[in-house]
Amino acid sequence: MAQAETPVAPSAPVPLAPVRVYRHRLPTRIWHWVNAVTLLILLMSGLMIFNAHPRLYWGEYGANNDPAWLVIGSTPDTGYLRIGSLRLETTGVLGRWTNAEGVEKTWAFPGWATIPTSYNLADGRRWHLFFAWVLSIALTLYLLWTASGGHLNKDLHVCRSEWSPRHIWHDIKQHARLRFPKGEAAARYNILQKLSYIGVIFVLLPLMIATGLTMSPGINAGAPWLLDLFGGRQSARSIHFIVAWALVAFFFVHIAMVLLAGPVNEIRSMVSGWFHLPAERKDGA
Amino acid sequence: MSEFVMPRRQLIARAGGLAATLPLLSACDAINDAPAVRKILSMGEEMNRASHRALIDRNALAREFTRADLSPIFRANGTRLPAGAAYAAHAARGFADWRVAVTGLVARPLSLSLADIRSMPQRTQITRHDCVEGWSAIGQWTGVQLSRILTAAGVKDSAGYIVFRCADRIGDALYYESCDMVDARHPQTIMAWALNDAVVPIANGAPLRLRIERQLGYKHAKYVTGIEAVASLEGIGAGKGGYWEDRIDYEWYAGI
Repeated sequence: MAQAETPVAPSAPVPLAPVRVYRHRLPTRIWHWVNAVTLLILLMSGLMIFNAHPRLYWGEYGANNDPAWLVIGSTPDTGYLRIGSLRLETTGVLGRWTNAEGVEKTWAFPGWATIPTSYNLADGRRWHLFFAWVLSIALTLYLLWTASGGHLNKDLHVCRSEWSPRHIWHDIKQHARLRFPKGEAAARYNILQKLSYIGVIFVLLPLMIATGLTMSPGINAGAPWLLDLFGGRQSARSIHFIVAWALVAFFFVHIAMVLLAGPVNEIRSMVSGWFHLPAERKDGA
Repeated sequence: MSEFVMPRRQLIARAGGLAATLPLLSACDAINDAPAVRKILSMGEEMNRASHRALIDRNALAREFTRADLSPIFRANGTRLPAGAAYAAHAARGFADWRVAVTGLVARPLSLSLADIRSMPQRTQITRHDCVEGWSAIGQWTGVQLSRILTAAGVKDSAGYIVFRCADRIGDALYYESCDMVDARHPQTIMAWALNDAVVPIANGAPLRLRIERQLGYKHAKYVTGIEAVASLEGIGAGKGGYWEDRIDYEWYAGI
């Protein structure tokens, strides 16, 4: 990453033509777009599977007669979400909603958010369990490439100075003020970017795969330690659900940052690899 | 699933607003229904089956729990009471005349009573039952290992699958399920007649149900009347190896 086409000396005057840097190598770009499709399909088919039993538990077991920490349900005229003792009315969105044909339904997540759009656990599982393989294989290959191809050392490694609370706090303030790095600094990942990408690649995605496998009775027989790691099958199902929403939250922040930092330039760099360095501000910020 | 019917005016107003999303949603469903897409997605099932068989010891046991781990209430699902006078008559007699036919690719076809089954060596296991819907319940099961029945009947080497015939009818067809010989011979695969130290309740499959602990709940055939060794699943039902597999395309390999 960040191999400048023309060398840019820090003291050089800002050129009129944008300086292009090769920012994302091909494996990163392929992985990014495979993930974009795969994670969307996994989310939507996962919401379908959740609709089959819209209750979450902690521990090894959990069924309708056992206490659930999260429930999406319906009364005769409302839909609701209950988390612990907190109960929110969600009529129209969760628990009770109207489908595209104008028919009221009482599945947890609405048809526009699920694959397929009408209740079908069998098909939801087919999509989910196929794309789980796509995610797992792509992540494995990407981790191998990241570790061996220098991506980890060159781009994601957090150096000692970046770990300082002052540096992190400075970066948070800069983000909050929507002041994004300019010039050559924009071609490199800043500390918040590094931490969120490390979090997704090394924590959230592996957690999704591991908790997904922990729900498999076949895998349980071969790797019972997974049950101990997550505190039982129903705990794994709960963690799977929570981490899925953490990935959704990452997605929204990610999209917001792309839009704020210049969507054309950002998306182009993830398609062709080439990134146009935003001009330095005169105040040097 | 209860469906609440809205007043007509409100319905039309809402439908108008949602009509714009209709083409997109139906396009998604058209992709879902395309035969080529379904064929590709089905590769996931085969990859799961093949990888589990390759990586997991064939005799690896499902976790067994203690009595302290039992679900307070063991949930029942699917058929809770088989329809028909024949089953009702069996239930009224305490299933004293219930027979399980062991047929197909066996040297000695058998017709086993519950007394026959209880006179064989028994296995008791406290295991977790996982429904395809997502819930789990822990129960204690007692029964005879299927491998003992297959050995008693002299199952032939040409048998590739065991088919379980059931007494419950859903719609127009009798329930059935099947498994390969690895799961059929697995030490925890038992024909269970007791749940939590009592005879299996009718809702949970009385008088005899399959426990196949490394697969999801719909594989655990209830109300079993027949155990049949076959070379191939073709020609049985619609050929996909089970009632739900035939009807709504549930995976035949339900280890995940």
